[in-house]
Amino acid sequence: MKELEQQLLEEKRELMAREKKNNPSFLKVVWREIKSDKVAFISFILLIIILMTAYISPLFIDEASVKRVDPFNIYNSPSADNWLGTDDGGRDVFGQLMLGARNSFTIGIAVTLLAAIYGLTVGLIAGYYGGIVDNIIMRIIDFLMVLPSLMFIIVFVVIVPNYSVASFIFIMSLFSWFGKARLIRSKGLAERELDYINASKTLGTPDWKIMLFEMFPNLSSLVIVNMTLTLAGNIGLETGLTFLGFGLPTGTPSLGTLIALAKNPDVISTKWWVWLPAALLILVMMLSINYVGQAVKRASDARQRLA
Amino acid sequence: MIQFILRRSLVMIPQLILLSIIVFFLASAMPGDAVTGAFQNNPNVSPEQEEKIREKFGLNDPWYQQYGRWVSKALQGDLGMSYTHKQPVTVLLKDRLSNTLLLAGVTLLVTYLIAIPLGIIAGRWQDSWADKLIVTYNYVSFATPMFVFALLMLFVFSFQLGWFPIGGSVDIRAEGGTFDYYISKVKHLVLPVLSGALLMTYSTIQYLRNDIIDTKFKDFVKTARAKGVPENHVYTRHILRNSLLPIASFLGYEITGLIGGSIFIETIFSYPGLGQLFLNSIMLRDFQVVTALVMISGAAVIVGTMLSDIILSIVDPRIRID
Repeated sequence: MKELEQQLLEEKRELMAREKKNNPSFLKVVWREIKSDKVAFISFILLIIILMTAYISPLFIDEASVKRVDPFNIYNSPSADNWLGTDDGGRDVFGQLMLGARNSFTIGIAVTLLAAIYGLTVGLIAGYYGGIVDNIIMRIIDFLMVLPSLMFIIVFVVIVPNYSVASFIFIMSLFSWFGKARLIRSKGLAERELDYINASKTLGTPDWKIMLFEMFPNLSSLVIVNMTLTLAGNIGLETGLTFLGFGLPTGTPSLGTLIALAKNPDVISTKWWVWLPAALLILVMMLSINYVGQAVKRASDARQRLA
Repeated sequence: MIQFILRRSLVMIPQLILLSIIVFFLASAMPGDAVTGAFQNNPNVSPEQEEKIREKFGLNDPWYQQYGRWVSKALQGDLGMSYTHKQPVTVLLKDRLSNTLLLAGVTLLVTYLIAIPLGIIAGRWQDSWADKLIVTYNYVSFATPMFVFALLMLFVFSFQLGWFPIGGSVDIRAEGGTFDYYISKVKHLVLPVLSGALLMTYSTIQYLRNDIIDTKFKDFVKTARAKGVPENHVYTRHILRNSLLPIASFLGYEITGLIGGSIFIETIFSYPGLGQLFLNSIMLRDFQVVTALVMISGAAVIVGTMLSDIILSIVDPRIRID
């Protein structure tokens, strides 16, 4: 009798192990998908190299000396001292490039996370309750989505008192969650009809618990896909706003800060080292993030997978 | 049909009211008002006198009265005074509006001229080398930020190759009405238009390609083939008729994109349009102009979305049921 029990237990364990192998975690599927797509794989490696350089090199760069104005070394061309020359204030371009890449990426992540939280909250509420709640929320989102958000962001940046990096992140995230909410809501509407939600409701689980611990895990891969795809867009928007002069406050370098110097015709035509590296870095970063994002997207949908 | 159009237009009214309220509150949150603007640095006007003027113009009234006055004035075409230009805002807008409309209109046209053929080719010859090339272009154009692309275009084609002027909307030496004047206008448009259009093709190409791939194997297309309709006609007469028209429904979002894009493009190519005016005004804290521009742009998008919904409902009667 005991032997049989032992045997059954063994079999069960084996079954579970096989199950686990056949149903790999989402991250594993993503990794498999990235490996099987050459472009995505190269993008992934490139992205890691860029990010490691951007996050590690500032540890060795003296921020104060990078930001110090040196009137005797304005617009020096690249040399052994300044790998990418100096800018309009005699500051080292390479150092600013690294600090800028780090800041731009960090802010992109922060905005994406904040926007995901707003989008999730609103989308889950609209999707879970449906009916009139959903109707009202969607009318408002339809309206917000057509607003010329770039103009609104710029106006907010100007009128906000005590403008800082934090308020910039807040303003940007305020205008970038509409699409996310809509996406989550449409998935949530389908999800709320399923048995497990009804079962939980019957058991008397509070609504917020169902939304957060039951509905949300089932939508998480959707959210991750959307976040990777919007991350690139948010970095683009931040650098663009900083380029226009309505992004990061002065003193916090962004990739856009260096590119903004190209608004001066003399700089754009003869001093390529000031703005071109930053412009190309943005391009490479955005392309890499997008290619990785596309692989993540394919991984989330079994019909589209390459691997 | 008429019922749908009426119903759809009615939805627009609360949207416009909501927009005007938001813009009004943003305007009142902006530092300074018409009086501080008009008499800035004027030693002959004391703060007490300023206060009197404020009282006279009703700037101390409760917000709903001020809002009502602002709306009724705006509806009569009075958008206030620009204190940096010392001109009514409407006069200021008039010159630039035509420039921006020209730029936006041509950009939209070129976008479709590029996107529609590419979308058709990619969908019809799916997985061919041409399709792969187009899909790659689409990925790249989706990922590229417009301001970076516009700068690179300006750098390569104006500064390095010298093919196009570096900015402005027309050569100042060109005389209005002459042939040279129009040639100069076109030359000034090429780079701004291409910088916008080449990056705006994304959604149209993506949509067309997917839709054609979907439609290609539907029953009515099989029937057409079975009847012996030549392959080219299957595409031009049967598939495209179904796939092309819904593109109109993106119009609202395209307008939003054009407004955002015009701010970058006009700044980079120093093109004298509304986008440039917006940035300059906000830098000079000329908030009367800023408010007017935000309101106009918002209204343009709301009207554009309504138009695209109506076009779509004419094309596809199923939508009217909703």
